[in-house]
Parts: sequence; structure tokens; C-alpha cells
Amino acid sequence: MSSHANLERRRQAVYGWLLLSPAAVLLTLFAFYPSIATLSSSLFSRSTRRKPSEFVGTENYADLFADPTFWIVVKNNLLYAGITIPVSIFIALSMALWANSKISARGFVRTAYFTPTVLPMIAAANLWLFFYTPGLGVLDQIGSLFGFASVNWLGQPETALWAIIIVTIWKEAGFFMIFYLAALQTIPEDLKEAADIEGASRWTYTRRIVLPLLMPTTLFIAVNAMINSVKLIDHLFILTKGGPSDASKLILYYIWEMAFAFFDAPSAAAMTIMVIGVLGVVAAIQFFYLDKRTHYQ
Amino acid sequence: MKSLIKFMDSFGAILLAIIWIAPLLFAFWAATHSTSDAVNLNLLSPWTIENFRVAWSGAPWLKYFINTFMLVTVILIGQFILTTLAGFAFAQLQFPGKNFVFILVLMQLFILPEVLIVENYAMVSRLGLFDSILGVGMPYMASAFGIFLMRQAFKGVPIELHEAARIEGCGLLGILWRVYVPLAKPTYLAYALVSVSTHWNNFLWPLIVTNSPETRPLTVGLSIFGAPENGVDISIISAATLMSVAPLLIAFLIFQRQFVQAFLRAGIK
Repeated sequence: MSSHANLERRRQAVYGWLLLSPAAVLLTLFAFYPSIATLSSSLFSRSTRRKPSEFVGTENYADLFADPTFWIVVKNNLLYAGITIPVSIFIALSMALWANSKISARGFVRTAYFTPTVLPMIAAANLWLFFYTPGLGVLDQIGSLFGFASVNWLGQPETALWAIIIVTIWKEAGFFMIFYLAALQTIPEDLKEAADIEGASRWTYTRRIVLPLLMPTTLFIAVNAMINSVKLIDHLFILTKGGPSDASKLILYYIWEMAFAFFDAPSAAAMTIMVIGVLGVVAAIQFFYLDKRTHYQ
Repeated sequence: MKSLIKFMDSFGAILLAIIWIAPLLFAFWAATHSTSDAVNLNLLSPWTIENFRVAWSGAPWLKYFINTFMLVTVILIGQFILTTLAGFAFAQLQFPGKNFVFILVLMQLFILPEVLIVENYAMVSRLGLFDSILGVGMPYMASAFGIFLMRQAFKGVPIELHEAARIEGCGLLGILWRVYVPLAKPTYLAYALVSVSTHWNNFLWPLIVTNSPETRPLTVGLSIFGAPENGVDISIISAATLMSVAPLLIAFLIFQRQFVQAFLRAGIK
């Protein structure tokens, strides 16, 4: 009997590894090995025709820290995250509360909110180009009705990043709405009835009952929004290319530029490692939060 | 009072909805009118499909469409096979090292493929897959997210069915194929919708790995077509944009409920 159990265990081990192997190979090729290779490349100098690359320790990192553009990009990305995360969460919540309430034209409203989610970022950027173009754009046309001068939204450092931020919020709020919508539908009706009987105002009900119950969803969305604030950069390629004078450049775009326009792979690698570090912190937050959520169940 | 609040709610919700689809509506307006009429918002100006004709002849769109279609198909097939096998191994088999490997897989959830563009590019070139559709798709096939999703779906399958199939003489792969896969159909559908719409819209990685109209997907083609250097005007860009989003957008409008359910199922694990 024990030899039979032994055989079964060995059989499972063989099958287990066999079934895993295709995924394991691809994950190694495109996630684990590249991560390690990035770390190592960030510690070596750039190889040129005259000089092969050599170990330089943290020099690439020091160079980055001495690079004023790097700090502009970090600052931009912090602002980008700092605005897009709370604003899109707030809009998503409002959308969900509306789309869940008994209003007229609810189907239309839901569809309208969600539609940007299925568009590519590149297409979204093209659509918004029509709004931002100086002179011809919709924003300028509306502005001119009220006698405002034409504004080059994408072409001046003060507004370029904000124009980018608005497109991102537009793109992701509807996506986040769905998660709120699902969470709202799990809140039992009797809570609303009880609140009505107690004479609680709608505002009190929302603030004291709905929002606390939505907290896990908010955290989930916040993590996703954080990841998006690193990831969503496609529209930069169309709208500003990071300009003018780096005013709207974000980290992932800068990594791309370093690697594929300036051919400075070590600096790109050093930045990548830092981004992975930040994402690791986000991951830790999520694991911590996931633990909490299971605890509450 | 109550009806006033209700009116304000509807008003706010609809106003926001209109703002939200305004970019799309303006693009539609611009695409169906001549550039000068579009820019002047001349409401009575005649409609035209000329912009679509010009846009269509301005780039090998058909090729781009086929490329995108091939790309999402290749990725989806790869993902289905790999995540099914791995998800099953994680869900139903006991073997040493399983938990350690699972944690490694979960780590990949946070090392986004987008971040590793430089080394992945080197890897794709090393494998000789640069400028090929397989090269664009490969890094996404062993999706940690998909493995996790499938593991969850397979864990929900009652063990009695597994046992019954085994007693009937079904092998392990037979059980996977005949019991687990059919029962996980809703998860497959959800995953397919999320995967297709993600990769239909993906841009940065295909931009790096493709280098010719033979492999370029729609998003990259659209970005090249709309580049300001090409001096294309707003009506034609709008027409091209609408053309390239049309298939997914129409599919979304028809299967809206399924789309939303899919995103939900994929998001809340």
C-alpha cells in the first residue's frame, strides 16, 4: 500500500512539473531572466566600440541621480500618480453611485462611462488631439466663445502634463467604475431601509455605510491605479513625446527613450530596477491588504 | 424635494456621460465632414465619407487589421494552453517545490512586461523572433494573471467529478480535458475578452518589436499614420482612428454585458 502511495506521489510530481514546464520556460525567458539581466546590466558600464563594458557598481545609479532630467521625470510621474489616482477613484465612485441609482437613461450612462476602456490609448490620444490642438481644437473654440485667447495646451510646459493627466483619467475611470458597481450590488437593501427608517440623510448613508463597505474595493482600485501610473504612457507618443522640454515626460517613456533613442541601456536598466523596486512595494501593500481582506471574511 | 434630487442626479449623471463620450462624438463628427467644416463646427455642413477613403488608402490598414487579428489569436491560443496546464498543476496536483514556484509566478504579476522592454527586446532578438508576430506575442503567453485565474477556476471544481472520471479509467490529461476545461468555460470566456481587448490595444511593446508593415499591429500603424511629421489633418486622423477602433467598439456595444462581466470576473479573483 505504501509503495502504491509512493508511486502515486511520484506520478503527481512528474505530471506537475511536466504541466508547468511550458509556462516555466516562458516565464524564465521573459520575466525572471530579464529581471536578473536588467539588474546586472545596471551595474555595468555602457559598451562602446572602443571600450567593452566593465563593472562599475552603482555608478549608473549615481549618474542618474546627477541627471536633472531624471528628477524632472520622477517629479512628473509623482504628480501624474498623485492626481490620476485620487481623481479617477473619485470619478469612478461617482459614476458607480449614479449608474447604480434609479436615474433615467441608465443604460446609456453606463455605456458612455465604460466606452473609453475598450479604446486603445493611441486612439484615445488621437481623439483628444482634436480637443487640444491650438486654434482649431474644441477647447480653444469653446474658449474663444468666452473671449479667451488661444492656448497651446500640449505645447507649453505649464499645461502639457495636465493634458496628459486628463486623458489618463478619462481612460481609466470607467474601468474602475465597474468594480465599484459590482461592490455596490453586494450591499444588502435592508441597510438602506434601516437608514431610511432611522431618518438618515442620503449623505450620511453614503458616508457612514456605503463608503466603509466599499473600502476593500477602493484599495484594490488604488493598487491598480498605482500600477497604471507607471504603465499608461502610450498617449505621450502621440500628444507630447514627453515635451516641451521634458515637462510631460514620464518614467517608462524615459526608459524607452534611453534604451531605444539614446541607446543607453545601462541607464535604462538602472531606472527599470528602481521601477521594479517601487512596484515591489505596491505588491507588498497588496499582499498585506489581501491578508486583511481574508481576515474579515 | 425628492424629485428635485432625483432630477439633479439624472442631470449630473447624463452630463458626465456626455462629457465622457464627447471625444468620440467629435471624432465621429470630424471624420464625417470636411476638415474646414469640422473645425468650424458648422452644423449644417454636408456629410462625407471622403475622409475614410483617404485614410484607408493612406496606409496598409488591411494588413494591420490582419496582423492585430493574428496577434491576439496567437496570444490567446498560447495563453489558453499554458495557463490551463499550469493552472491545473497548481490547483490539483501535489508535488515538491509547488508553493515556491507559485510565489515566483505571483511575483511576475508585479514585474510588468512593459517594464522589462529592454531585456525582453534582447531576448526576442536572440531567439530570432524580432519583427515577427510570434515575437510580439510570446512574452504575454505565460501570463501569471491567467495562471492564477485558471488555478482559481479549477480549484472550484468538485473533487468527486475528478474521482469519478478516474474510476471510469480517465488519465490525468483526459480528466483535465473532459472535466476541468468544460466546467471552466465562463472563466475562459472572461479571460478571452480581457486578453483580446488588452492586446488589441497594446502599443509600446509592439512598437519596439515590429519594424515593418508586414508585422505591425493597428495601434502602431495608427501612431505612425497620425504622426505630425506626416502632416495628416484632423478629419483624416479621426477617420483612421474610428476605423481602427471600430471592430472592438462594435463588439463591445453588442456584447456589453459579457464584457463588463468579463472584466469583473477577471478583476475580482
